[in-house]
Amino acid sequence: MAESVAHQHVARAGATGRRRRVFKDGKGWLFVGPFLAVFALTFLAPIGYAIYLSLYRNQAFFGGTVFVGLDNYTQALQDPKFWEAFARVAVFLVVQVPVMLVLALLAALAIDSARLHAAGFFRIVIFLPYAVPGVVAVLMWGYIYGDNFGLAANLNDLLGTTAIQPLSSSWMLPSIANIVTWEFVGYNMLIFYSALRTVPGELYEAAAIDGAGTFRTILAVKLPALRGAIVIATIFSIIGSFQLFNEPNILRTLAPNVITTYYTPNMYAYNLSFAGQQFNYSATIAIVMGVITAVIAYVVQLRGSREAL
Amino acid sequence: MSALTSPLRPKRSKLLTGVMVLYLLYTIVPLAWLLLSTTKTQDDLLSTPGLWFGKSFAFFSNIKDTLTYNDGIFLRWLGNTVLYVVVGAGGATLLATAAGYGLAKYKFAGRRAVFAVLLGAVAVPGTALAVPTFLMFSNLGLTNTVWAIIIPSLVSPFGLYLMWVYATDAVPGELLEAARIDGAGEVRVFFTVALRLLAPGIVTTLLFAMVSTWNNYFLPLIMLSKPNLYPLTVGLTQWSNQATGVGARPIYNLVVTGSLLTIVPLVVAFLLLQRFWQSGLSAGSVK
Repeated sequence: MAESVAHQHVARAGATGRRRRVFKDGKGWLFVGPFLAVFALTFLAPIGYAIYLSLYRNQAFFGGTVFVGLDNYTQALQDPKFWEAFARVAVFLVVQVPVMLVLALLAALAIDSARLHAAGFFRIVIFLPYAVPGVVAVLMWGYIYGDNFGLAANLNDLLGTTAIQPLSSSWMLPSIANIVTWEFVGYNMLIFYSALRTVPGELYEAAAIDGAGTFRTILAVKLPALRGAIVIATIFSIIGSFQLFNEPNILRTLAPNVITTYYTPNMYAYNLSFAGQQFNYSATIAIVMGVITAVIAYVVQLRGSREAL
Repeated sequence: MSALTSPLRPKRSKLLTGVMVLYLLYTIVPLAWLLLSTTKTQDDLLSTPGLWFGKSFAFFSNIKDTLTYNDGIFLRWLGNTVLYVVVGAGGATLLATAAGYGLAKYKFAGRRAVFAVLLGAVAVPGTALAVPTFLMFSNLGLTNTVWAIIIPSLVSPFGLYLMWVYATDAVPGELLEAARIDGAGEVRVFFTVALRLLAPGIVTTLLFAMVSTWNNYFLPLIMLSKPNLYPLTVGLTQWSNQATGVGARPIYNLVVTGSLLTIVPLVVAFLLLQRFWQSGLSAGSVK
């Protein structure tokens, strides 16, 4: 009942495998081994190393490190900078993710509806920003936002005001949210669209025979078919929000007074390491964020698949 | 093709198309701004309206300047990016394909454990690992080498997931068995029989691995301090940062033109390979 989407995939893949005769021997390791070796080096070893680091602290005056147990964690949980950063990405998550996913959902439904002229053209163009490197997207929007030669400045000139200040402190978070939305609506749209394409035609016929109109069909047929895709997209978006780094870090050069070194948890961890040389504490922040993210992603997965049954 | 979705072939709606055009504009306007900006000199950039041409048409001289500025460092960054993408994304695709195939077509002790570990690890934010990875690589003497970028790029859990789902259905067990009866070894069966059947899945995995490697910013930012090893993303931000601080030497026109040159290869790849990745992606989501 609480089986996760991914676990359903596992179960299904396993079942198909059994039907198709899977060979019971160790030769599978031949194929899985190389991946696992690199995976161990780049995923498992750093996690282990981070946990190790988080249990020690540098002795600034005496040199060397000492074991401090969970002291770093206690410090992190009482660190107002960490919580400020966390609250910021939490607000970002609660506002930006729904906006982005609803836009993506509407676009996917519109493109799939057969009521749109040139649907294929819309699909590919709306997807295009995903192929724009995130860094380029931020540089581009950063210039557009700017006072020097941006569209924001043009717009202000046109309206004869100075009201539009995308890089000021009260506008900054929505400005970042706009960049992320611009980048990822198309990608999520494509995930939803791919899922919609797999709805069997008979379901639509049945709905039509039952006299269901467009909106009834969306509610009764299309949205249930999208549930798995929505859960996956939500989880990816949550992970993405909590990891927010590129956008604020690049915009920081344009607005150094607005974006602090601890604007997001990830920026905090980065700056602790590379500006402050506090590697142990930085690893602790990274682990705390990792655990919070994993727990929330897991809860979403659990709830998402429970509602489906 | 959308008409296939609904057997009733509803009328096309002007209203719906109009609403979608508004969204399309939101998608396109920034890109149009970028394209127009690449035709301007730095003076024009600062003094003429963003969504129209400037006084002079400097597109070609901008491209020439971008490619030659600072002894052609941009070309060096482009070469680095291509190296990281070819070795990193290519290797990631190979590893994910083999592993996905192995998980789908062999039953062996520890297979369940592999799933569990992978699912758990994917939930851990990738960037949370970056700092520990840096410290570890630094101890191993790998920072400031191309390996610092290539090794972490070799793992694509999403690619593995895609290939595993894809291989489950695309490679019939009977075919593998037939090849084995003919006396082919396991590795040979994989390369001669399975690879061909997996092609659409492989293209999709490769394309998405390419995007993530091409776009990689955080990892090279922390791993590399030598500009001649930078990929385009880190190089461009360095050019952009040149505009502020002490001794500022803004080169906005080069940043804008370099940005355009960075976008073009991926957009072309996506447009040319559309048929493959769209079918590969829906195969992945069917499951």
